[in-house]
Amino acid sequence: MVASEFDIKYVAHLARIALTPEEEQKLGTQLGHILGHIEKLKELDVSGVEPTAHAVPLMNVTRPDEVRPSLPHNEAMRNAPAQANGLFTVPRIVE
Amino acid sequence: MEYEAVIGLETHVQLKTKSKMWCGCANAFGAEPNTNVCPVCLGLPGVLPVPNEEALRLTVLTGYLLNCEIPRFAKFDRKSYFYPDMPKNYQITQYDKPSTANGYVEFEFSGTGVSPVQSGAGIPSENRRDAHSTIARVRITRAHLEEDVGKSFHFDRNSGVDFNRAGVPLMEIVSEPDITSADMAYEYLNALKEILVQGGVSDCDMEKGMVRCDVNVSVRPVGTKELGAKIEIKNMNSFSGVRRALEYEIPRQIEVLKSGGTLVQSTRRWDEVTGITEEMRTKEHAHDYRYFPDPDLMPLAPGEEWLAEVKLRVVELPLARKQRFMRDYQLPASDAETFKSDLPLGNYFEGIAQQAKNPKAVANWVINNLRAKVAEANERRTGVAPVSLQEDHAEKSDTGATPVLHVTLTDLKFKPAALLELVSLVENKTINSSAAQQVFSEMFDTGKSPAAIVQEKGLAQVSDTGAIERFCDEVIAAHPGPANDFKSGKTAALNFLKGQVMKLSKGKANPALVGEILERKLRN
Amino acid sequence: MLTKRRLGAQGGSLILPFAIVLATFTTRAMLNQLTISELTARLAKREVTAREAVQACLDQIQRVDGRIRAFLSYDAADALAQADTADQALAGGATHAEKPLLGVPIAIKDVIAVQGQPLNCASKILGKFVSPYDATAIEKLKAAGAVVFGRLNMDEFAMGSSTENSAFQVTCNPWDTARIPGGSSGGSAAAVAADECIASLGSDTGGSVRQPAALCGCVGLKPTYGRVSRFGLVAYASSLDQIGCFAKDTRDAATVLGAIAGHDSRDSTSVPQPVPNYAALTGDIKGLKLGLPKEYLVGGLDPEVKQAIEAAVQQLAKLGAEIVDVSLPHTDYAVATYYIIATAEASANLARFDGIRYGARVDGADPTELYCRTRGAGFGAEVKRRIILGTYVLSSGYYDAYYLRAQKVRTLIRQDFLQAFEQVDALVTPTTPTAAFKIGEKADDPLQMYLADIFTISCNLVGNCGISVPCGFTQSPKLPIGLQVLGKPFGEETILRIAHAYEQSTPWHLKRPAL
Repeated sequence: MVASEFDIKYVAHLARIALTPEEEQKLGTQLGHILGHIEKLKELDVSGVEPTAHAVPLMNVTRPDEVRPSLPHNEAMRNAPAQANGLFTVPRIVE
Repeated sequence: MEYEAVIGLETHVQLKTKSKMWCGCANAFGAEPNTNVCPVCLGLPGVLPVPNEEALRLTVLTGYLLNCEIPRFAKFDRKSYFYPDMPKNYQITQYDKPSTANGYVEFEFSGTGVSPVQSGAGIPSENRRDAHSTIARVRITRAHLEEDVGKSFHFDRNSGVDFNRAGVPLMEIVSEPDITSADMAYEYLNALKEILVQGGVSDCDMEKGMVRCDVNVSVRPVGTKELGAKIEIKNMNSFSGVRRALEYEIPRQIEVLKSGGTLVQSTRRWDEVTGITEEMRTKEHAHDYRYFPDPDLMPLAPGEEWLAEVKLRVVELPLARKQRFMRDYQLPASDAETFKSDLPLGNYFEGIAQQAKNPKAVANWVINNLRAKVAEANERRTGVAPVSLQEDHAEKSDTGATPVLHVTLTDLKFKPAALLELVSLVENKTINSSAAQQVFSEMFDTGKSPAAIVQEKGLAQVSDTGAIERFCDEVIAAHPGPANDFKSGKTAALNFLKGQVMKLSKGKANPALVGEILERKLRN
Repeated sequence: MLTKRRLGAQGGSLILPFAIVLATFTTRAMLNQLTISELTARLAKREVTAREAVQACLDQIQRVDGRIRAFLSYDAADALAQADTADQALAGGATHAEKPLLGVPIAIKDVIAVQGQPLNCASKILGKFVSPYDATAIEKLKAAGAVVFGRLNMDEFAMGSSTENSAFQVTCNPWDTARIPGGSSGGSAAAVAADECIASLGSDTGGSVRQPAALCGCVGLKPTYGRVSRFGLVAYASSLDQIGCFAKDTRDAATVLGAIAGHDSRDSTSVPQPVPNYAALTGDIKGLKLGLPKEYLVGGLDPEVKQAIEAAVQQLAKLGAEIVDVSLPHTDYAVATYYIIATAEASANLARFDGIRYGARVDGADPTELYCRTRGAGFGAEVKRRIILGTYVLSSGYYDAYYLRAQKVRTLIRQDFLQAFEQVDALVTPTTPTAAFKIGEKADDPLQMYLADIFTISCNLVGNCGISVPCGFTQSPKLPIGLQVLGKPFGEETILRIAHAYEQSTPWHLKRPAL
């Protein structure tokens, strides 16, 4: 399942990263090596082991339903690469 | 070959909270674009989500209202896909450990293909005529908590995004594929909406986009068990749209199969204008969402005490309420339906019905007179006709607001007991029904007691036969024509004469007695 | 108008008139070399002003940063204005008991949000992004009176171990400018080691504070996961990231930790645990049990590093600690586990850098093309590598084989630590297998670079705290070596005590590079 199965074009598109053919080549090889190392985990028997998702055992962390001030509109738009009529503009969305 | 449809719905509902799901921005509709936003809901670098406790409560409350199990462990996951309206390019949702699971919704539906799950036990037989619709049950797979995305606006050359809606708490209610027709889908959605509105979970305002649906539909030959290719119709924003889309899509699929074609798992878009569905993508191009547990959010393990608190907020389900009104107050289904949908009106009725000898008479007053009067008063005040809750606002009204009707039921000038008094004045024949209308009008406007109004206006019914006899003699003498008409067999003339007597008595004569006496005199 | 500058583009301005240079050296130069304890003592006595201390740091930056290149930018006028505010507070009777960092210049890694300041994560993709808000740790530093200034270089999005992955500049090790300062918080470590600030903040996801501290010869502290709020720390791997600090000695690190630690309602992973007085250091470690993990003293460990660690262990024993051999049997699997979990989380965390709401956009015909181009042009090679790896391990059909399995191995590694900590109060290890390597030496072999994180990575997977303190030098060239002390969750007091006691009996932390 390692390098041979690794479809760099598919994964790069999933991640929405355009790669040059050279990058594809180089990254593909490097990721092949890294995945080769990662295969090491297969040596371990993990049956019956619970997964760890968090480093601390907290539960039920919530906040009360209270309204706090939002950003002033100009602050919210301050870093926008393109804007019009108070909206963040993008190339026309077609599904 | 006969085909049947198999339909499941994914219904997204915005929750009724003050603030957004992960941040303190207001959960409010209609603000200027990008004004209810902060670093968290804009997905700026470095921000973190903290769950809104009320949204969690409302989700679990929904679980109770939909007869769900409440798992003792739930968590949040990230669902990754890129879209301009999604600030983080992943949506926080609950993937494999939702906050609620395995419930059902019951509602009245008399369409085909529905097996009755319950009969109307205790409902008077004379009322069964209009209550005989079957109770349908649609199982709920889960109701889970997630977040809404921003809103896109499309222009000629580009699109623009407003993130005010991004991060609004959104609940997704997933049904099992238990729905068999477009009409049934429509009724399911209305029933679901009524439960959520009455439960205080969501305002479900369609105009404001608070409810959106994805429809999964397949067809199969009747009698087979295997499901056909699942076709999803995305992002429907009205219940009638769902119904229309299914009315188009089901025959379309059957047609494909009948003409020897095959269907593949795919996603389609409903075009409201042309009234057709079009393919957007097939399974090969399905999203690869890369779900994984959100490391920024801790798991949920609701405790007994917390659950008990939420449980206190459970309300009576609308269907149960309707059935109870029919059973306990012997109301016809139409009255019970009104009280089911119009919660304040029903509550008002219930507040006095228990002391009433004849709850049906009280119901008539509440539904026919009180509701109309309040509506009329509101219309005068706002210039807008109030809308009843059972209607689908998106289609029938442009007010969008909660009907103003309900505000004023609590500040009526007269006490609820006065209505009971009025009913008993009619029942013991102190006043006749036209006087009663007058009394009601007066007490609505002034708050005076019915007895006082009757006395003040001299509306007490005249049942003194001597007085009525004199009125009758006078009328017969004054109108020899109609009197002769009656005698010669034109019985309709009696009504004219009766009217004249009532007029002469200034409306106070007991109409039954008037009829009796007139008839006796004319036949002699 | 504030003075904002990106260094490196203006080497000419570093040539200062002789008189100013002389003045700098005679009156202020020493202030930037002080520890927090020394500086605050002098500020309290009103012997010096915060303005002078800040100016001394700015002068040192002028003098050396053309060679070190630790700072991406700084706002001198703003820093001096903050210093003036601190001086006014001091004049008004404010004390360091209330505000422990009053007047102390502290520089910030470019991954932590400071309101009104650029936030780039050393990446091109953020363009001219200016943060509209303060990270909680920054709010707390400001509340403690610190002069918060400067944006410190790092590996892009904290991905790397050498700071070579910065999109803007390569930071050099103050001990040998041909060598890397470590990473990802290389700028934070180099700035402290080169006395360009009194202390600094960094972030540690797999060793990114401890490793550069070791390679630059300063103290680097990674607190327990949940000890310091992550709100305002641009996420790399959310379940591993933690803000840490760099300082010239252990007491200073304790002081900074005391200022930034504590529960934050804006971070769901922040732990509501009281903040003790970390700076109350006794110097006494008698009777403490220190574990020596056998898996950390084998393999690619450099002989000089090994020797230094053994000497340090002897020193600790001499101070009264009991040394116990322990085993962390799953150590060999930590790097693989880390690179699955960290990259998976990163692949989602970095999805927001899409050129829609902020950042440097490369336009396209439709949003998808815009995304691909923006991210293709905006991210550097290492970031692309990790996002693609993380995307792959989460993609349809691979979740169980990679991500779920890694989470289970994470449990095994956690159990190793739990068992070890049943026997001991802290673990003592080398921070890195070797001293700083040369710039460019490992640039084309990411796997080798990853494997060098072996001693620091488990600590993040487990969520425990760790500190690196200077424990010697290699001979030729003379490069710092770090001793790592790993503690239990919320065991910061213990590891600070050990590090402090060690430091008090050794000269290493006092050594300064010749610049």
